[in-house]
Amino acid sequence: MVQATTGHPSTAPRPVAAADPPVRPRAGRPSLRRSTVLRLAWWVVMLAFTAFFIVPVLWVLLAPTKSDHQLVYQSPMAFGSLGTFVRTWDAIYGFQGHELLTWLGNSAVYSVGGLVLALACAIPAGYGLALTQFIGRRVLLSVTLIVMIMPPSALVLPLFLEMNLFHLLGTAWSVVLPFGFFPFGVYLCYIFFSSSIPKELLAAARVDGATEWDVFRRVALPLARPIVALVGFFAFVANWTNFFLPYVMFYNDRQYPLPVGLEYLVSSTSAFNPVAGAQSPVLRPELAMATLVAIAPVFLVFLFAQRALVTGMLAGATKG
Amino acid sequence: MTVTTSLPAPGRALRRPGSGLAGGRRRAGYLFVSLYVVLLVLFGVAPTAYALYLSLTRPGSKWAGLHNFLATAHDYRFVPALEHIAVYLLVWLVVLVVLVLLLALLLHGGIKKLVPVFRFLFYIPGALAGSASVLVWLFMLDPPISPWHPVESLFHLSSLPQVVEPGHLPFIFAMIAFWTGAGGWIVVMNGALNNISDEVLESARIDGANAVQVALRVKLPLIRKWVVYMVILAFAAGTQLFVEPTLVSTASFGEVSQFWSPNQLAYYTAFTEANFNYAAAISVDLLIVCALVAGLLVFRSKLFEIE
Repeated sequence: MVQATTGHPSTAPRPVAAADPPVRPRAGRPSLRRSTVLRLAWWVVMLAFTAFFIVPVLWVLLAPTKSDHQLVYQSPMAFGSLGTFVRTWDAIYGFQGHELLTWLGNSAVYSVGGLVLALACAIPAGYGLALTQFIGRRVLLSVTLIVMIMPPSALVLPLFLEMNLFHLLGTAWSVVLPFGFFPFGVYLCYIFFSSSIPKELLAAARVDGATEWDVFRRVALPLARPIVALVGFFAFVANWTNFFLPYVMFYNDRQYPLPVGLEYLVSSTSAFNPVAGAQSPVLRPELAMATLVAIAPVFLVFLFAQRALVTGMLAGATKG
Repeated sequence: MTVTTSLPAPGRALRRPGSGLAGGRRRAGYLFVSLYVVLLVLFGVAPTAYALYLSLTRPGSKWAGLHNFLATAHDYRFVPALEHIAVYLLVWLVVLVVLVLLLALLLHGGIKKLVPVFRFLFYIPGALAGSASVLVWLFMLDPPISPWHPVESLFHLSSLPQVVEPGHLPFIFAMIAFWTGAGGWIVVMNGALNNISDEVLESARIDGANAVQVALRVKLPLIRKWVVYMVILAFAAGTQLFVEPTLVSTASFGEVSQFWSPNQLAYYTAFTEANFNYAAAISVDLLIVCALVAGLLVFRSKLFEIE
């Protein structure tokens, strides 16, 4: 589009136009029309996709302001009332003795626990892979890359079988420990340490008699703050939104994190079943409210970490 | 280490202090990666090895050879599950590649100031990844309450069970996956496009290429390897489909089968039939597919430098 718009003025000083002034306006007009059509098409496509991506989010924001009846009979994007919003909140908050709050707490414990463990592993490991030499380094790096590309859910059932063997099913460890294994974080740290820390700085510290551990702790770690935020962001989002792993590890609904709690709500209230759902305390507005609670933390992190996100996504795609 | 330094080779004496230092650094290297390696072994290697062991045995640790794998191949539920996932992958990958490239190229060729705005708007649904996105789309597709109701009535769809009938599921799941995942890939493609030097684009323009030609003939070939990266990652993730069919099955009062995807079938056989060996065989099948494509990407493409 910029090419089209900037391309248009650049036709003005073209030798042909300059040599033959009367032709110029006629030659210019179709190109003007063409670029207007292109620009219009650009806006149509972009706004259509914006609607596709954003309308569902807005709908979920608006749904708790309406009763289930109003959801059906009012316009889908209409705002109900704040009073209804509060009533919806009370209904979902009171569900099975504040179970939503329990799920929120569980989500926080599992996500943050996994994140802390992931950071504790990934930062030294990324540093070791990038700035020290040891036998098996290349193999470890290759294995890390392969596991990083494999979807984490491929390991869920094998992990379930393993946890079953070690009698860890139903404990927080059954999700926190696997969350701590975060090869993508190791790879991000590896890229960071191999590209952002000047080797001379480390060499200078070594000449001054610092041990390897001192070099890591006093020189590399203070410089690594951006990568801590970046890995923390991706680990948090991955842990918070994970469904499959906690779904197989917990059999007691009091231990569920929010994403599994949402499924539990759907199954125990039949909100999508107009017959069975009629007397249920949790209907579609309440379900939408629970969804809002489930997504709010990740959404907030998104708002504050946009920059981190762009760098991280790119680092995942290429090294450099 | 001690062996090499004690070798009386010429020039050793000169190098000895250096190699002693490197030895210390090597030991430090092991220490730095140790915690990660422990987790890699415990939660990457061990579960894989255990699943492999279970898949090759019968209950009671008796050797079964390929019995479990052959049993899956003859299971009346496994073959349809594979077909479902194949159709889904086909739809999903085509939609992903075509639309992500379209949006990324439009964004890159468009008004520069608007790039971060659209990029963020497209990325927002990523916050709803997992069960939240499925729930949202169940609302979106439930005809009485859907904002897309006019579109649905065009297709004579008036109730949720009609919408989520089995033939529609690959398309619905592809749409949900696109809704949550496209934004991230647009960020990646946009970054890749930003890496193209201005001179290349400028010379194309001087040669008389218009915006569309520049996008298709110059930009597209230059970001090909990121497209490969995206396709392989999306393929690997797509084989794992679980939360989407699980939630739709729950919400549709059993209209949708509980073993629509291979992962669901593995889950079902492990939990409902307590047949861990059989479940392990399905998991190993999926793991092999994912490991193969991951290995292909790491060793065959030049995306990752392992210096």
